[in-house]
Amino acid sequence: MKLRIHSFETLGAHDGPGLRTVVFFQGCPIKCFYCHNPDMIATKGGIDYSVQEIVAFCKKYKLYHGEKGGVTLSGGEPLMQAEGALDLIRGLKKEGFNVCLDTSGAVLLTDAVKRVLNEIDIVLFDIKHTDADKYFEITGQPIENMLKMLDYIKTISKTFYVRQVIVPNLTDDEKQIKKLKKLAEGAKKVELLPYHTLGAEKWKKLGMEYKLKGISPPSEDVMKRLNSI
Amino acid sequence: MQENKNQGWDNFKGTKWKNKIDVRHFIVKNFTPYKGGHDFLVGASAKTAVLRDKYLELLNEEKKRGGVYKIDSEKVISVLSHDAGYLDKENEVIVGLQTDEPLKRGLNPFGGIRMARTSAIAYGHKVSDLVEEQFKYKTTHNDGVYRVYTPEMKKFRNNGVITGLPDAYGRGRIIGDYRRVALYGVDKLIEEKMNDFVEMGNGYMSDERIRLREELYRQREFLWKLKDMALLYGHDISNPAKNAKEAVQWTYYAYLGAIKEANGAAMSLGRVSTFFDIYIEKDIADGILTETEAQELIDQFVLKLRMARHLRTPEYNDLFVGDPTWVTEAIGGMCEDGRTMVTKTSFRFLHTLYNLETAPEPNMTVLWSKDLPEKFKLYCAKVSHDTSSVQYENDDLMREPFGDDYGIACCVSAMTLGKQMQYFGARCNIVKLLLLCLNGGKDEMTGDQILPESPNYKEMLKDGGVLDYKKVKKRFLESVDYLCEQYVNTMNIIHFMHDKYAYEKVQMALHDTKVERLMAFGIAGISVLADSLSAIKYAKVTPITDERGIVVDYLVEGEFPTFGNDEEGVDDIAKEVVEYFYSSLKKTPCYRDAIHTLSLLTITSNVVYGKLTGNTPCGRKEGEPFAPGANPYHNREKHGALASLNSVAKLSYDYCKDGISNTFSIAPKSLGKNEKMIFENISALLDGYFKSGGFHLNVNMHKKEDLQKAHEAPKEYPNLTVRVSGYAVRFGVLSTKHRQEVLDRTFF
Repeated sequence: MKLRIHSFETLGAHDGPGLRTVVFFQGCPIKCFYCHNPDMIATKGGIDYSVQEIVAFCKKYKLYHGEKGGVTLSGGEPLMQAEGALDLIRGLKKEGFNVCLDTSGAVLLTDAVKRVLNEIDIVLFDIKHTDADKYFEITGQPIENMLKMLDYIKTISKTFYVRQVIVPNLTDDEKQIKKLKKLAEGAKKVELLPYHTLGAEKWKKLGMEYKLKGISPPSEDVMKRLNSI
Repeated sequence: MQENKNQGWDNFKGTKWKNKIDVRHFIVKNFTPYKGGHDFLVGASAKTAVLRDKYLELLNEEKKRGGVYKIDSEKVISVLSHDAGYLDKENEVIVGLQTDEPLKRGLNPFGGIRMARTSAIAYGHKVSDLVEEQFKYKTTHNDGVYRVYTPEMKKFRNNGVITGLPDAYGRGRIIGDYRRVALYGVDKLIEEKMNDFVEMGNGYMSDERIRLREELYRQREFLWKLKDMALLYGHDISNPAKNAKEAVQWTYYAYLGAIKEANGAAMSLGRVSTFFDIYIEKDIADGILTETEAQELIDQFVLKLRMARHLRTPEYNDLFVGDPTWVTEAIGGMCEDGRTMVTKTSFRFLHTLYNLETAPEPNMTVLWSKDLPEKFKLYCAKVSHDTSSVQYENDDLMREPFGDDYGIACCVSAMTLGKQMQYFGARCNIVKLLLLCLNGGKDEMTGDQILPESPNYKEMLKDGGVLDYKKVKKRFLESVDYLCEQYVNTMNIIHFMHDKYAYEKVQMALHDTKVERLMAFGIAGISVLADSLSAIKYAKVTPITDERGIVVDYLVEGEFPTFGNDEEGVDDIAKEVVEYFYSSLKKTPCYRDAIHTLSLLTITSNVVYGKLTGNTPCGRKEGEPFAPGANPYHNREKHGALASLNSVAKLSYDYCKDGISNTFSIAPKSLGKNEKMIFENISALLDGYFKSGGFHLNVNMHKKEDLQKAHEAPKEYPNLTVRVSGYAVRFGVLSTKHRQEVLDRTFF
């Protein structure tokens, strides 16, 4: 089975523990208007790789992973290619990799998705928003899929991090963060990621409108305050 | 008698080193590995703080005066040429200056009187009549070389195919085992040399035996001078050091004697920290030294090393920018018996970067092993993060050929201390060689015939007027053979003459008499060459000629893989060329049975080499700098930092025993959110690179925006240090062109 991959990053230090090889999947079911990888949203495009090819690629960087690091499946949304992702996870684990999944949870909780969640080492669970309306506004999807998946992750006692991008005037209010931390009960870590403007250029290149024009990233003070809630 | 002279020896273990000169054995028997963290370290002592501030003031003044504080052009500098000098006598725990005043530079014309003259004039001085008169009757190294050079050698040299050759300046790259003076005292060293001298008198008087016997005579003479030099400061170094302070001081005297006598390009220190640690640990255990005093010794020793100065010409500075002296100190590593050689003094040495502020010298080189203690690894990562002043080299690779008591000369050249020395040979511009062979041996810029006339690109085309890879490669490798023969012969002349007319007496006196010699050749521009050959192999490259019929540009159609992306298609080309080059060098024997070695290192000459080289098939434009060392060409790396590191790691140390330099720039944020993560990840990255076979890594941890700011207003960032290619330099003292080159590099 082939997987549609956008690209690889050999030095990933922000997506799971330690140094990681990041495999960016092509295609995402949601289109967040602050997405920093808008070039990975379209389901068309990308390059087809076999599981063997991807495993071989990751093996070239295994020596850098140390005790903590490994491979992270990101994108895009890896769970849009759940069956391929499952093969890949099995292939990677056979070679002794620690494997993380970076997901927004915005897909149906199919059997294939469940199997991925069962077999993955760590889930990096990106909650776009905790308020149903706002969630819909950002993703164009109802919040239920995400909540169901989060429940499932907790049910199977999977190690998971909760992450959220902090966008000024969107996710940076205290109430929202409190709600997020409540949802995150049982998570090994809660990571609040300051929104950055590095993606803006990509939107422009793709000829798409970037709705967050003029909004600057949250200040360090804001991040500190939110982190301390 | 012996008992009395060697008091202090009884406290140390082992007997072999007491009977025969063997510093390594002393270290192995007596050092205490340290696996703890850096929490024991202390700040600068009051005395050190006073000295540091005085030094920084002088440094500022030196900068104001255009980079040279003072010159003594009246007389020639040597071991005993100048009276004792001090920075601030009262506060100096470790004493000794090259001349009678701090930062005053001496005149050393043994490499060539013309060079000395030019240097003096460049800074508003004139070589005194006395020195001019003396050197009327003295053959210098430079005179000797030019008497013998052939026209072919001069052509290579003058057209920038082989440049930076040490034919007009001191070759350097020799590391005296300065610790011997502390461990044995000078008398014992003289006695040993005397015995060798007598022994050399027996048997057939071959050229080599005559030469060596004369050298021994001179070594002995300079050991006596070294004792007299120390006496100027009130110290008798005839006998072994009795405590930590003497051990540091005696060792420094030995180094000082070397840099007074010789002004080699790289005057490296070796590996002293773990040696010092033995004395420090003992004194602390005996209750005669506190941690503050221990750190004070190291701080003040390092401060002295930072004050080493040589008089150079502005042209020399174009090649090796920022007035580097390469006082390289190798820190850490593993012992052959499996213990780590990291000691508390390894930490104390690195800690001087905080106590004395960040500075390029001494050139701190951590010998990295996968087995180094975790806490030391993390401390190194912290120091790199805070100062960008450390380079890392693969101890697990070097231990096999060089044992566990080697030092690093200059940037990446390993040698077993006291047992091996190097004949330094700069580097050849391998990119230029490719362009020469496409043009039938003509220089693409000047049009001069450099290689013997041969068929040009017209004989290397296939259908459609496109370059044929096989034909180009065949012709290129033939040119490599021609170049290598010339290169070895040129080096043979240079070092014959250097030994004859500018022999390093002090440094060689601190080696075994029967020393193993390495002759170090170099390649510059390997990534540009690999990318250019890759373009010819995988894309369609059509040469474009000018009115002279010389190829000056290339039309490139289609894609081709570039070095730095961990792709075999091109990485293999780089590997193959390096291996071929090395085997080709070996076809011509070296002077004095030296062993051929090869480096992929440019220092900062990648800028000058680029300036002398036309457009290349890979798309690099005429005059643009090459990538430094073995680095991939900037911004051609598409798969991230580790793919880039992996490409370089594939170049095998088996063929490049003189080192493979890689300079790496990464924004701290790319390595993690907080310092703990960043430190862990630097450590993991170094582990990974070295386990993958990588040899050397300069780690720069700046944000590109910060460097951009410093580029625009260098005065506001006086201490900003960057690692260029095997050494560190204050960013502000680089020329605009070099600063731009640093900025153009890939930042991950």
